[in-house]
Amino acid sequence: MEAKTKDLWVFIETKDDGSAKNGGIELLNPGRGLADKQEGRLVAVVIGSNVGRAVEEAAQQDADEILVIDGAEYSPYTTDAYVDAMYHLIEKYGPTTLMIAATLNGRDMGPRLACRLKTGLTADCTNIDIDENTGDIAWTRPAFGGNLMATILCSNTRPQMGTVRPGVYKKAVAVTPHAEIKKEAFHVEPGKIRTELIKVIKNVTEEIVNLEGAEIIVSGGRGVKGPDGFELIKALADALDGTVGASRAAVDSGWIGHAHQVGQTGKTVAPKLYIACGISGAIQHRAGMSGSACIVAINKDPKAPIFGVAHYGIVGDLFEVLPILTEEVEKLRA
Amino acid sequence: MNILVCVKQVPDTTEIKIDPVKNTLIRDGVPAIVNTFDAYALEAAARIKDKNPNTHIVVVSMGPQNAINALKECLAIAADKAYLVSGRKFGGSDTLATSYILENAMRKIEELEGCKFDAVFCGKQAIDGDTAQVGPELAEHLGYPQITCALECEEKDGRFEVIKEGEELNMLIGIQAPCVITFTKPGFDPRYPSIKRKMAANRAEVPILDESAFPDIDLTRIGLSGSPTAVKKTFVPQQMQDGMIIDEGTARTSTVKLAQILSDKKVI
Repeated sequence: MEAKTKDLWVFIETKDDGSAKNGGIELLNPGRGLADKQEGRLVAVVIGSNVGRAVEEAAQQDADEILVIDGAEYSPYTTDAYVDAMYHLIEKYGPTTLMIAATLNGRDMGPRLACRLKTGLTADCTNIDIDENTGDIAWTRPAFGGNLMATILCSNTRPQMGTVRPGVYKKAVAVTPHAEIKKEAFHVEPGKIRTELIKVIKNVTEEIVNLEGAEIIVSGGRGVKGPDGFELIKALADALDGTVGASRAAVDSGWIGHAHQVGQTGKTVAPKLYIACGISGAIQHRAGMSGSACIVAINKDPKAPIFGVAHYGIVGDLFEVLPILTEEVEKLRA
Repeated sequence: MNILVCVKQVPDTTEIKIDPVKNTLIRDGVPAIVNTFDAYALEAAARIKDKNPNTHIVVVSMGPQNAINALKECLAIAADKAYLVSGRKFGGSDTLATSYILENAMRKIEELEGCKFDAVFCGKQAIDGDTAQVGPELAEHLGYPQITCALECEEKDGRFEVIKEGEELNMLIGIQAPCVITFTKPGFDPRYPSIKRKMAANRAEVPILDESAFPDIDLTRIGLSGSPTAVKKTFVPQQMQDGMIIDEGTARTSTVKLAQILSDKKVI
């Protein structure tokens, strides 16, 4: 598909209550600068049901235009309805770039939409820039479990698309809205939606762990050595009113549930304080937590890569350090 | 019930190390494995077959000749038949081109097996590329509905009921057949192959589908030149160097110091 404009679009995913999910809103911040460099407008695309709040949030993030598709069939999310709606808009208006937050739904919709548009999509980016030579977007993403970074261009087809990991960019300071709001009447026939939400499941085997919203996270890795070691992690987390996280190694060993996993195949977090205990810090883990405001690493191996992203580190045995730290925290917070 | 399971042979990314001098990936000696998430997809198919023994499970992989090893492992675990899609013109394909080739492969395999697949199961992503794109792109090429990040799947009255992982709560979703479902890590481990199945798998013939198997494929849509995305550069990520190691002599004194710093900085 040919681009009809130089506009950069950001897909704004909405919640059931019609407000915006953070992932999309955050992308309007880097989107602003990229749109200016591409000499196009920054357009927020809001889809959902009763999305007034999401439109307001997008307007405060300096969008030039907000395209809105509002209808009961867009809540809850379905692949069929969202891909049809996005395809309709892109075909009609022809943006040059489309950014989508790499949430579960964003990564469900993105590839299907890219395929329908016969264009390229770069998944789960951690950096977006403009390629100096071509003027195309340079999408940078981790591969090989985060051991390698790759910068990818999509030069010959439009729109160039990327999903971007939530939490990588922060929301900008709110501005006085100036966006032109354009409502699009596009409806999807019920018969075209081929999946059906039967029910939401309360997961009985795994507790709900709200890592994304946590202010303090204490995480354990291979060095924790077993479920018993996680008791020490939990004790410190409790003392700090924090949440327990874990590396993939600890989860794969069955020491703690997957809901606790931080990193590439787990959650991306950005708390005020992240304490990594016995985590070597493979980049797939670091990619999930390096946005934390303060990172503390406790590890026996002074060469562990986790120290490369830590603000404070103790080279030592966590079985020795953690009980002391818990005790000190309890004293300081008493 | 006929199920096609797409698998990829990948390097075990947990075994990949960085050469500290050259700052490059050391790929030599890294074991090749069946992509972890694809093993969950195969297990989901095997569980459907446990309940309905008439289920026919076919595995397909696109990759180099030695990906036959991954396919034989799948045969040993649960698959009834395996096909390898391998050809020089397929090399360098990005996800859009790969999913287009797989669409063609699926149609060819349906013809060869004389059956229609009710579902295509994939892992949600491969652990080397981590794109999570081939499954949904294949669904789009086929025009089938899709569910991504499934944990469990049951066949019910000619359709499927799938437990899908959500960001907070999981969902039970019904989907029409034929469909594409991608699987994430469930709460159980995939089964191991029996000795008997392993021996049979070693002897099994795995047909190879190369370019000649797809006379109608559009060559401008496959391989490096048929891929809309191109890798401009790769690099090993840099570390930041402004961290502070606290060493006050003993574990106790260092830890006390750490707690004091965090308290002074109002982090705790």
